[in-house]
Amino acid sequence: MWTWFYRLASPPFVYRVAAAAAPWLMATAAAAIGYGVIDGLVFAPPDYQQGDAFRIIYVHAPAAWLSLFSYTTMAAAGAIALIWRIKVGHAVAAATAPIGASFTLLALVTGSLWGRPMWGTYWAWDPRLTSELILLFLYVGVMSLRPAFEDPARGDRAAALLAIVGVVNVPIIHYSVQWWNSLHQGPTVAKLAKPSMPGSMLWPLLSMLLGFMLFYGAVLCIRLRGEVLNRERLSAWVREAVKS
Amino acid sequence: MNSGGFWSMGGYARFVWPCFGFAFAVLLWNLWSARRFLAAARRRTARALMMAASQRS
Amino acid sequence: MSVGAGVGVWRALGLVLERELLLSFRRPDQLLQPLVFFLIVTTLFPLGLSVQLSLLRDMAPGVLWVAALLASLLSLDSVFKSDADDGTLEQLALSGQGLVVIVVAKTLAHWLVSGAALVLLSPLVGTALAIPVSAFGTMLASLALGTLTLSWLGAIGAGLTVGVKRGNVILSLIVLPLAMPLLIFGAGATDRAISGTSSSGALYLLGALCVLTCTLAPFAASAALRITLE
Repeated sequence: MWTWFYRLASPPFVYRVAAAAAPWLMATAAAAIGYGVIDGLVFAPPDYQQGDAFRIIYVHAPAAWLSLFSYTTMAAAGAIALIWRIKVGHAVAAATAPIGASFTLLALVTGSLWGRPMWGTYWAWDPRLTSELILLFLYVGVMSLRPAFEDPARGDRAAALLAIVGVVNVPIIHYSVQWWNSLHQGPTVAKLAKPSMPGSMLWPLLSMLLGFMLFYGAVLCIRLRGEVLNRERLSAWVREAVKS
Repeated sequence: MNSGGFWSMGGYARFVWPCFGFAFAVLLWNLWSARRFLAAARRRTARALMMAASQRS
Repeated sequence: MSVGAGVGVWRALGLVLERELLLSFRRPDQLLQPLVFFLIVTTLFPLGLSVQLSLLRDMAPGVLWVAALLASLLSLDSVFKSDADDGTLEQLALSGQGLVVIVVAKTLAHWLVSGAALVLLSPLVGTALAIPVSAFGTMLASLALGTLTLSWLGAIGAGLTVGVKRGNVILSLIVLPLAMPLLIFGAGATDRAISGTSSSGALYLLGALCVLTCTLAPFAASAALRITLE
């Protein structure tokens, strides 16, 4: 069992597995997103309070969830790389950063467009929106720090440390709607006992969430291969891999 | 079933459709940007290997 | 065997702290610049916005805090830079005392000459911004906790950017997002004190942030230095 785990630390293994996995992840992502969009836009009933505007949740919630998941992945990968000196961790962290940042931007923009009809304003300085904006700045900080060093390995380590320091923000974002009075609605899906959303609205949302995650995985695989190549350029295994 | 009209989204069209449009754009950008990144990495690696090989010979 | 290993931790802390303070006071102009910057920035807001006294009071906590943040940032760059440039930092790291002790001493010294000085100046600035004297206690407490936390966040940032060209731009980019919760609670506490409601909640949160940072940041900052020094 542990050999499989050790192989994850090997750049050629990761390179090959990512190449094989990406198309499958992308195909299932497309299916899940396709179903989610159609069901969510056409078949789900309109909300009695928000009307059809609530359908924005089908892109906003997955984007927001992924922005947090992606940052946590970046911090975890960086931590693994720093503690156990596994260089693939740095490649994962570097690959996931731009993806996560784009989802954070998506969450902010869709949230803003949703806020206008619902709360009457495109923006409010409430805890969740503010901390999500801070998350975007944290992503930018990490992505700016990495290339600032002449030695790329040093840049990787510095960026990893910064990502770890910033990960404190993630639980703050997640719990901000419970800790503070906020415009933003409370947790909808996390309550396992009795979700506050009827099934016809919930299923497309879960499908979009799954679809976005699979999509993230697919794009991560593609970027990861590039990051691994950049770090392993002159290694022996690369010669064979690039020829194919 | 959707009662507010599919394209008009019950009057909220100018909020809902840009959201989905931007989401689609972000997903596409991610895919395009990742593939471009990988292609550039492969090119740079091939060039580095070629230079190393020519230095050895 | 390094000679420094024979010295106790507290004594080493005291020695480095003393050295830092001596060096800072030898350059009084560098000491005063952030303070003058603080005064100037707080003046800019009322001048630029030409507001009446009552409105000034409303913006005062925010203005005070933003100015304190920016003034602290100015001097953060120098926490490790000059010692890193001439190799002293490496010598200190090799002294056998452990980098954490060095980092604590340097950050404490930085706070004493910038943050603490800002706290002492704040009644003056507070009066200029029409903050009522009744709110001064909360203002001082929140600034004291906040600037200490900021010195630590800045130490992490400074440690990460020591070798970077034009490091102070990236330093600000890194430190400011981390400092935003600080700003929210600090300005919020003072705001509440001005309007008469209880600010203890915000002060407790500030205190918690401060304790969290003071306990974890020394390790993060010394890890950052280890990354940039090796």
